[in-house]
Amino acid sequence: MSNSVTNVVIGGLGGQGVLKASDILADAAVRAGYDVKKSELHGMSQRGGSVSSDVRFGAQVLSPMVPAGEADFLLILASDQVEPNRHCLREGGTLIVPEQVDVNRLANRKSLNVALLGILSRHLPIAEEHWQAALRAHLPEKVIEDNQRAFMMGRQKQPETKN
Amino acid sequence: MSESNRLLLSGDEAVALAAFHAGVALGAGYPGTPSTEILEEFAHLGGHAQWSPNEKVALEVAIGAAYGGARAIATMKHVGLNVASDPLFTVTYTGVTGALIIVSADDPGLASSQNEQDNRHYAVAAAIPMVEPSDSQETYDFFLAAVELSERWRLPVLFRMTTRVCHSKTLVAPRPPASPPPAPHYVRDVRGRVMIPAYAKPAHHQLRKKLAEIAAWNETSSFNQVVEGNGELGLITSGIAFMHAREAAPEARVLKLGLTYPLPFEKITRFVQSVERCVVIEEGDPYLAEAIQARGIRVTGKPEMFRFGELNVNRVRRILANDTSPEPQPKPGKPPMLCEGCSHRVVFDVLRKLDCIVTGDIGCYTLGVLPPFSAMDTCVCMGASLGVGLGLRHTLPPEQARRVVSVIGDSTFVHSGITGLVDMVYNPPPTGHVVIILDNSTTAMTGHQEHPGTGRSLEHEPTNRLVFEDLARAIGVKRVHVVDPRPFSPEVEKVIKESLDSGELTLIVARRPCILIAKQIREYEKCATVCEANEQ
Repeated sequence: MSNSVTNVVIGGLGGQGVLKASDILADAAVRAGYDVKKSELHGMSQRGGSVSSDVRFGAQVLSPMVPAGEADFLLILASDQVEPNRHCLREGGTLIVPEQVDVNRLANRKSLNVALLGILSRHLPIAEEHWQAALRAHLPEKVIEDNQRAFMMGRQKQPETKN
Repeated sequence: MSESNRLLLSGDEAVALAAFHAGVALGAGYPGTPSTEILEEFAHLGGHAQWSPNEKVALEVAIGAAYGGARAIATMKHVGLNVASDPLFTVTYTGVTGALIIVSADDPGLASSQNEQDNRHYAVAAAIPMVEPSDSQETYDFFLAAVELSERWRLPVLFRMTTRVCHSKTLVAPRPPASPPPAPHYVRDVRGRVMIPAYAKPAHHQLRKKLAEIAAWNETSSFNQVVEGNGELGLITSGIAFMHAREAAPEARVLKLGLTYPLPFEKITRFVQSVERCVVIEEGDPYLAEAIQARGIRVTGKPEMFRFGELNVNRVRRILANDTSPEPQPKPGKPPMLCEGCSHRVVFDVLRKLDCIVTGDIGCYTLGVLPPFSAMDTCVCMGASLGVGLGLRHTLPPEQARRVVSVIGDSTFVHSGITGLVDMVYNPPPTGHVVIILDNSTTAMTGHQEHPGTGRSLEHEPTNRLVFEDLARAIGVKRVHVVDPRPFSPEVEKVIKESLDSGELTLIVARRPCILIAKQIREYEKCATVCEANEQ
């Protein structure tokens, strides 16, 4: 077990931007200089079913999949997806759920994934400039401002749920 | 710590980049999870890529390119190699002039497939050298090395990947080769390329000679690496299992095999002798364990329960502890379903209402098996809806036979439905038959790829279009209907009912673009019209 590896699992439903969120996180971690691996399943999951994505970063990452019970962070985009993913989280790990974001304050509700990344970002050793660069690299120009605001909203937000 | 040339790539993207850097002149394939992105990315980088009607044709196209001295790739998912297995088993006899890399993307754990077959067996059966990368960097490096191997021994190479190698993103530092690819040029070699028995017999001997040479070369090749560790525990592994194994047992000494057919048995013997206990960690079938044990080398395989599904770090820990207690099952997530507004829903509603016996096929519409539709009775493989439907029609008692309907998607029909339709014309059942092509004008399940029926190429450029209704009439189907399965349309039910009652072979094309890309299709069409106008 590499203690120096940070394990994040992002879960939600097809179409919610689970993979986009994990792309942004993985890119930010690469920019911060870490070894990074990201894994998920495509295919059948595209049709509205459960989707989850694992992102691991640290000095050296081996398996691309977060072993069950070893996720330091579980970030969930749809409330009903907490239970199917809870087994990923380690004891004492941090659960981040959609209720932590006031969607009415989002310019675009589709930015929920990025707002939750903002909350996650408070816990991770990745500088804000890398997050901003990753957002710019993975989002189209016309939605970038809304998402930057959503990210900062999450990043500045206080409350969090401990498992 | 940061390096500017580090790219976070999926294994599929790494294949594409390596193929592009190697100067691969042509890539052909058929979409299939988890292989689809390879050709899309190769085309995006500027490579020449095409979707073929099916994997057999794709491999034959790639063989042609490699006969002409070019570097070529054929890409497919594991079950696609079944379709392409006919040319596979003989192209090893003929060999190639250029390089031919056949990518097989296996799906252990069935993330999006009808079975979890282990295509490493094909390497042995077809006598083709096989390479297995474990992450994207290795995928990139091994691909370039596989091209060299293919050109050196003038043999195709099976590049065997799995879902987690294809779809995981890991860092890649590209190292493009300095030398350009050889220019395509045809050299006649009738005895080497025309496999009549008189020429095929010596070709088989030649093939076995080449494999013996490769086996000897593989004893010291850089495809296989030993990761030092203490000598109490040794692990022999390949592909993604290597990553899980290293994490599960960081203290172990590991022999990581990259060229897994033909195997370097002397190297394996020496490794096994260097450790007290040696366990083979592999995903899927016990391919390595059985091959090694058959040589009389003492290694332990995994318990039978780990043949099923993917491996992961926890499962490798269990294998090492010989823990065969029941594994915890995570709560099921939400299953996928047909999209709201999907035109397939309209057809399945009718089939359920009419209590049809539905022989189904492979695609989004396979989801018609799930509630609320529960309107699919069989699904075997690409194109099987027609043959299976015909068999049922021929043998069931008439009152049941009359209810049999074959349902197939547009891309799947082109892939391997056409010959089934020919069989229906040739061997018509007494009660007739009804075939429905669910034509949503795309290969939806794999992420909306083009096919011959869309009239657009892999890169969405206009090309010749295969028209299903014209094709059906041309092969002798007398009753052909095209219907629009828009929501609440009474037309679909009326046509299906009349067709069932007619007692004759009927093809119904239920045509409505997939709602997920209907807008995109209109854009492609608009582009095509503008291009055409500019040309005139």
